[in-house]
Formats: sequence, structure tokens, C-alpha cells
Amino acid sequence: MSQDTPSRVALFVTCLVDAMRPRVGFAALRALADAGCAVVVPAAQTCCGQPALNSGDRATATDFARRNVAMLEGYDAIVVPSGSCAGTIRCHYPELLADDPEWAARAEAVAGKTWEILAYLDARGWRPQGVTLPATATYHDSCSGLRELGIKAQPRRLLGAVDGLDLVPLAGEETCCGFGGTFCVKYPAISNAIADEKAAAVEASGAGLLLAGDLGCLMNMAGKLHRRGAEVRAFHTIEVLAGMADGPAIGEDQ
Amino acid sequence: MSRAFDARVDAALADRQLKIAVERTAGTAEAKRGAAIGAWPSFGAARERAAAIKDHVIANLGSYLVQFEASATASGATVHWAETADEACAIVVDICRKAGARSVARSKSMLGEEIGLPHALEAAGIGRVETDLAEHIIQLAGERPSHIIWPAMHKTREQVSALFHARHREPHVEESIVAMAASARRQLRGEMLGADVGISGANFLIADSGQVCTVTNEGNAELSLVPPRVHIVTAGIEKLVPSMDHAVHLLRLLARSATGAALTQYTTFYAGPKRAGDRDGPEEMHIVLVDNGRSAMRDEGLAEMLRCIRCGACMNHCVVFRQIGGHAYGGTYPGPMGSVLTPALDGLAANRDLPNACTMNGKCQEVCPVAIPLPTLLRGWREKSWREGLEPVTLRKGLGLWAWAARRPWVYRTGVRWAIRTMRLAGRGWIAKLPLAGGWTGGRDFPAPAAESFMDRYRKGER
Repeated sequence: MSQDTPSRVALFVTCLVDAMRPRVGFAALRALADAGCAVVVPAAQTCCGQPALNSGDRATATDFARRNVAMLEGYDAIVVPSGSCAGTIRCHYPELLADDPEWAARAEAVAGKTWEILAYLDARGWRPQGVTLPATATYHDSCSGLRELGIKAQPRRLLGAVDGLDLVPLAGEETCCGFGGTFCVKYPAISNAIADEKAAAVEASGAGLLLAGDLGCLMNMAGKLHRRGAEVRAFHTIEVLAGMADGPAIGEDQ
Repeated sequence: MSRAFDARVDAALADRQLKIAVERTAGTAEAKRGAAIGAWPSFGAARERAAAIKDHVIANLGSYLVQFEASATASGATVHWAETADEACAIVVDICRKAGARSVARSKSMLGEEIGLPHALEAAGIGRVETDLAEHIIQLAGERPSHIIWPAMHKTREQVSALFHARHREPHVEESIVAMAASARRQLRGEMLGADVGISGANFLIADSGQVCTVTNEGNAELSLVPPRVHIVTAGIEKLVPSMDHAVHLLRLLARSATGAALTQYTTFYAGPKRAGDRDGPEEMHIVLVDNGRSAMRDEGLAEMLRCIRCGACMNHCVVFRQIGGHAYGGTYPGPMGSVLTPALDGLAANRDLPNACTMNGKCQEVCPVAIPLPTLLRGWREKSWREGLEPVTLRKGLGLWAWAARRPWVYRTGVRWAIRTMRLAGRGWIAKLPLAGGWTGGRDFPAPAAESFMDRYRKGER
């Protein structure tokens, strides 16, 4: 993929960004436009179906897979500001529709052109230009992005191009933060204990900013950090890359 | 979640000693495994071969079982077949009775725990001395194993020291690991050597030679094998491998994945009873091959689980296990592999929490030396639980309502607007208490949403 490839890109904004933090969606639009993409936001989008998939409601998850495949198959690329939602489309739609002769190939085709946004921008060779953020940040590798999509180096390469940003290591950066989608409210006591250890590690990193690529994990970690009285502020990585880290962090009045 | 699981989790989370004990052992294991695998560049290829070996055996289990029976019999062992846990225990107890056994020396075996052998021996009035130090500890404490490699992982050494002081005839004076081990040795050595029957499990059963392979770090399997007159091996039928070459390949993965060591301290291969001219060894050798649901697992979508070589890496690396320890799972096997196995062994209805109490982070699959797709298998149980109506009605109704709306973008947008307004009534920045979201706000603050959704703002032209 070269930088001058004109692409008709669909932004799948995710249900969480839509309802909780639209800034992430606008940051995505800004970065993708800067990367030379013609971005469309399909108006019929709601959710990838992951809550049904992980709750065991396979029939509903499969129905969402069909609807989203039909909605997204006309674009050159589908870009998602979340590793777990991108992973659902890339890894699970083909599996959900594998036995459906009408849909299997279509699901594979959509999966093959669905990208988590940081991986997409990195693969296009895009780097933030003239973005300055004098701060110390640490990065949490969200599990689905890391293990389903192999996202590890890409966000660090992109963040390396932000002037003034010092990225410091996070002990246990690949350890789950305890969010787990509906897990965090189905088993709150376990989730809370896991989040506590993650927050302690973030505090110990000495960073003033916590960055990641998934809003659910970020809300969990930031919410725990705030409950503990920590001063660490949290942003989605795309907000930093789009030069929008001067606005409210997660939990600050938007 | 179910009340029973809920109560076990709460008790575990409240137990600071448990947290210290689990973190010491699992943390060390994680670090050592990481170093060992990091120093093994071809680990990826090795685990693919390991998975292929196990898959091949599982797909051809019948013929390998027949081959093993023939070669083990030729070596002088007697092979028994048990379809259920009860049958397996009855066979073992019967052999013990025929041998006139008053006591057995037992070497740690998770299969033995799975079939309830300690209880069956007790019910038959047969004394049991545990040769594995950790099994001895939990026998003294009247507990069950909390980990498949370290049965007493849930206890700190300080707790073990107190237990030995209370229960050993000549407890240690100096507070050191060496002195505590000596205390256990004084307590156990005579009983071990005086046992009439020895019982062990198997790490591998080798089809072409009829050999049994055991690995231990204490040499205790050998103490259940050599001194007693009769030896009994109980093993799950998935323990088969075609030849010693295959066993050796799997051993390389087993030790590194479990403890980070290149090899366990003791790795023993043996076949049949003492032969004419042998200096020592049991006069009788019995091998009890146990199905206990394994054939059904193979045929009902859990064939990949039968690859498991019981290394414990999945639980050592599991964020949930690291918080709640092994006993909270309630089954014989804890952690991710236990959450797949226990519903198969003990029923899904009573254990539906196990596959659900998982964040699906995929770490267990990443570290598994035989590449078992544990998250996929756990999701399979969730799907079965959903199909069978075992999931709570509130979840089913809530998810149903959400799915109904999310199929209708206009309805969905209206719902999102309503939800945003409701959440913002509770606060504009960090929300410390959110009605109906106590699960979240009990331990974390909740960030209030922006005033308007992305889709609404985008529709109005904002970019």
C-alpha cells in the first residue's frame, strides 16, 4: 500500500465511540483524510455484534455479520478505531459464516480489507506531520488487537513521530486490563481486581498519559486510575496522532 | 453468576495470603517460562509439531490403544479399561484388595483427582500416603489441589510451616525450606517404603513399546513404583503417543512450559513388572486406561482439548486465575483448561460460570505448548449455554432488546440519545455512582459520554 493510493475507505466507528467518545471518530476522520483517504461513514452502522458473539448468542452474532458484510463490502477498505471490533470482523465473521455458501466468500472478502486504524495508517506509510505533544506517555496493548491482529509495533512507530512525546515502558503491557466487554459487569469483582493491578502498573510507569487503541479498555483503566486518585490522563492513540490531545481526556467533561 | 461461584470468588479475592501464594509461584513460572521460550527460536515450529502429534493420535485413538494394550501386555503388564470414573476407582480398589493392601503410596496424578481416587481409597479403608510433597501438604490440610502442577500453590510457605508444626511427629526447628522438607521426609519416608501398592499417573503412554513415562521434580513417582509389590498406573486415554521420539518431543515442551526448566528433575520410562534378573521393581504392574468422557469430548467438538499435556501454562498466565486461584473454579482442573474440561466432566449447568468468567484475552492460547484454541473452546461452551437457555434471563432479555434495536439504525440512534441523556443526568465528567451499573462503579469511576453521539454529529455535518 503506498501513500498515494486513493482509497474509498469506510469508517466503522464502533458503538462505544459513537455513544461515549465521538472525539475518537473525528480524530479518525482527520487522520485518514490526512493520509489521503476518501472516507465514508456508512449511515446504517451500529455495532459489530461482539456482545452477542461473546455471550454465546451465535445466531444474533451471525445476523450482525451478514448485515455488516452487506453494508461494508462495497468499499476498498474498512477502518475501525478498535482492535477488538476490527478483530471481530476480520477473524470472527469468516468463522461465523464459513458454512453459509452464499456468505462465506463475501465475509472473507470483507475480512481481508478490514483494518484496525493504527495498523492501517502505519501500513500506508502515514506519519503524523507537525503534531507536538510534550508529555510522557505509556502504552497498553489491548488483547484482541495484539493477539488477533498482531498490532504491536505500529502504534509505537506512529507515536514515535509525535514531537515531544516520550513513550515509557509499561510493566505487563501485554497483560489484559480486566475489561473483557460484558465480562467487566458480569464478573465485576474479578474485573476490578485485574484492573487494580493494571492501574498500579500504569502509575508505576511514571507516565502522565495512558494510551491504547481500544476505548473499552481505556475507559476501564482510566476509570480505575481515577478511582485510585491517580493523575494519569487517558486518550485513544488516534486522538494523539490527529493532534487532538489538547482536548478533554477520558472522564473529563467533553 | 451463580451464588456458589460468586461466593468462592469473593472468598478468594478476600484472601490476601492466597494472592501472595499464587503470585509467588505463578509469577516465577511466568518469568522462567518466558526466558526458556525466548531462548528457543523454533518454539513456534515445535508447538505445531506437538499439536500435530496429538491430533494424529486423537484421530486414530482406537488403533493406538489396541497397539498399546498389546505391547504393554507383552511386557508383562495387565491392562484394564474403565469407561467411567467409578469403574476406574472400582478397578483400582479391587486390585488393592486382591493384593491385601493396607496402605498405598500414591504419586500425584490429576487423573486420580479427576476420578476421585483418594476418596475411593478412603471409602475402601485403604490408607494413603502421598509421595508428592505438595499432595502431602493438602492431604494434611484436608484440601484439594488448586493447581495441576503445584497442588498446594494456594498456600504460602509460612502457612505450610505452621501446618507441619501442627501435624508432623518431629517438625522442623529452623524455619527454612530445607528443614521443612526434612520434616516431611521424616514423616513420610517409612510410610512410603512400607506401602503394599503404589499408584501413579502417566505423562505419556508409548504405544509401540508399552512404556509409561512419568515426570516429577521430587523423584516421588519412582517411590510409588519401585518399593511396593504391586504398581498401578491410572491414565487418561489421551496420554498416548506413537513412540518414544514423540514423547521426547512433547517433554521438551512440557517442562519448559510448566516451569521454564529444560527437563524435569526425574523423567522415567518403564514397562511391565520386575523381570527375572531385575534387582528391583514391582511384581505386578497394572495399567488402568480411563475414558471418563474423553471419547465424547473427541466426538463433540472438544477434540483439540485432548491435546493438553497438563503443563499449567494457561493458568499461570491467566489474569483471572492469578486473582482467584484454583479452588474458586470448583472443579478438578482450574484455569482456562479447567474451564473447558469441567463443563465436560461435571456438566455445563452447574459450571456455566467457568467459560463465562474469562476476558477472552487470548493469552492462554498464546502460551499453550500444543496450541489449543482455548478461547474458541470457551466460546463454544458459551454458545451451548445460550442454546440450552442456561444464561440468566436478564442477560437474554437485555441482549435481545439491544440486538433488536441495533438491527434498526433509526431506533438504535434514538436509544443512544436516550442513554446519553440518562448517563449525563448522573454527571458530566467522572461519574462515581451510576444506577444499574454498580458492577462498573463499584470499583471504578465511569466517564460520562459527550452530549451528542458521533453519528448524530456527523449527520449534522461536523467533521
